[in-house]
Amino acid sequence: MRKYFTDMLEAVVTVAKGMAVTLRHIFMPSVTQQYQADEKPEERWKSLIVPEGLLNARSRMRLHVKIEDCIGCKQCEKACPIDCIYITADKRDKEEAPIFASDGTAIKLKVTQFDIDMTLCCYCALCVYPCPTDCIVMTPEYEFAESVKGNFLYRFAKEKPSPPEPKKEPEPVPVAVGGE
Amino acid sequence: MITRTRQIEMKILPVISAAVMVGAAGLIGLIAALPAVAGLLSALIDANVPEALRPAVARGLGVAAVVGFLSLFPIFAIWFERKVAAHTQDRLGPMRVGWHGVLQSFADGIKLLFKEDIVPKQGDQILFRLAPYLVVAGTFAAFAVLPWGDGLVVSDLNIGVLYVVAIGSLNTIGILMAGWASNNKYSLFGGMRSAAQLVSYEIPTILTLLVVIVQVGSLNLQDIVLAQQGGLFHWFIFRMFPVNLIAFVVFFICGLAETNRTPFDLPEAESELVAGFHTEYSGMRFAFFFLAEYGAMFLVSGLAVVLFLGGWQGVLSSPPVPGTLLFFAKTMFLVFVQMWLRWTLPRLRVDQLMAMCWKYLIPIAFALLIVAGFLSLPS
Repeated sequence: MRKYFTDMLEAVVTVAKGMAVTLRHIFMPSVTQQYQADEKPEERWKSLIVPEGLLNARSRMRLHVKIEDCIGCKQCEKACPIDCIYITADKRDKEEAPIFASDGTAIKLKVTQFDIDMTLCCYCALCVYPCPTDCIVMTPEYEFAESVKGNFLYRFAKEKPSPPEPKKEPEPVPVAVGGE
Repeated sequence: MITRTRQIEMKILPVISAAVMVGAAGLIGLIAALPAVAGLLSALIDANVPEALRPAVARGLGVAAVVGFLSLFPIFAIWFERKVAAHTQDRLGPMRVGWHGVLQSFADGIKLLFKEDIVPKQGDQILFRLAPYLVVAGTFAAFAVLPWGDGLVVSDLNIGVLYVVAIGSLNTIGILMAGWASNNKYSLFGGMRSAAQLVSYEIPTILTLLVVIVQVGSLNLQDIVLAQQGGLFHWFIFRMFPVNLIAFVVFFICGLAETNRTPFDLPEAESELVAGFHTEYSGMRFAFFFLAEYGAMFLVSGLAVVLFLGGWQGVLSSPPVPGTLLFFAKTMFLVFVQMWLRWTLPRLRVDQLMAMCWKYLIPIAFALLIVAGFLSLPS
């Protein structure tokens, strides 16, 4: 019988406690960040550093490759968990003048294909960490909707693939003549 | 990228939201000036209408006012509820349509108007179409006796409390009808739960109403408010401490249950029954259920204010604010408390719901009635 009344008291006290918590939260500042559709995209692109207050410091948006710094090591391609980075790299000609990435690493490979399929990308940023020259980055760009699916395949490579070596004529196979 | 539509939106929306806010301010002003407006209207009727038609015209105007208010109130209340919900969860809620999303409910309403009206082929055609109107009618009709100010009531019934209790139960039939006619197991579950819930919670509601009625000696809602004249401590909630305070809490809990609000929203329990009794409804018929729910919220809060919180009486014995505005403010506060509770408490289980009513609320209400009856005996 005593429990009957203590139960009632407990119900009132716990409901009051819960209501105090929710009332406190009603007057707390919200954590939601509004979608900044009205911001000019150029403003976001001024620097690749995420602007203060606009996005979270660790926001992960569209990938970008500074192709001038790329040494074609394919470490990002290996790191990608869903294989949406496609890289083809050829050896540079010995005669060409040596070029270097902005941090001084010698570029010994010619990157002829560096494609990222953003329809597959899961924005995990695992490709960003292994890059030795910091050339693949997550940008603050989040408005890149397209009406054609193919436009999501971002092609970063500038070098043309070297022309395929002319095929040699296959040597005529000696035909066995007669003989027992 | 800013599209052309967005540009047009950005130009038009501030204007519309400003207009809506001016309209809302005008409505509150109208509520504040309701005694004067009513006096003016009755003078106009006396001057222009033949005597035989006068009561009918006055009632018609009252009905128009109630229907107009009840069509606009849910639009505000839905937006307000979404805002309260969002801020309770540290979100922002609707922000896009107009200033802080004030036009969101209008947008939703227009969407519902244009939606296809689907009636299940296997369902009961007539009952399915009839149910939403019955639910709305039950809620709207109860407003006829809700006193907004001294003498400001559509119909001054001397059995007002009995009328509210009786006509308020029309909801249950409508909800059960909707659940049955949908020919859907979830709808039927929702309807049956609603019937069980409302039949059970009707008892403590009426018993706590009686606690006030034995002190007043009248079933007229006007008389009940007039009995609370003379400042804060003449309100029933503070009289005969703690009997009336507990009665108020019990009445408010039962009100939550009768309007199917969380934590008693078992008839529409979205995580168990899809949407309960209105699963099969779409478009305007669905909107009618929404309208009725928010109307019922206001009705229950208004009734609690009339019975326990002094109706249009102020904190001081002669308040500087118009009584109608005081009534509206108190009712809106209770509506806020309903929303606050909704976003605090989880839903009860069916057996817990029944246990709460039959094991706790009904014995408490009976005890309160007996105590209040003895204490208000003429000595």
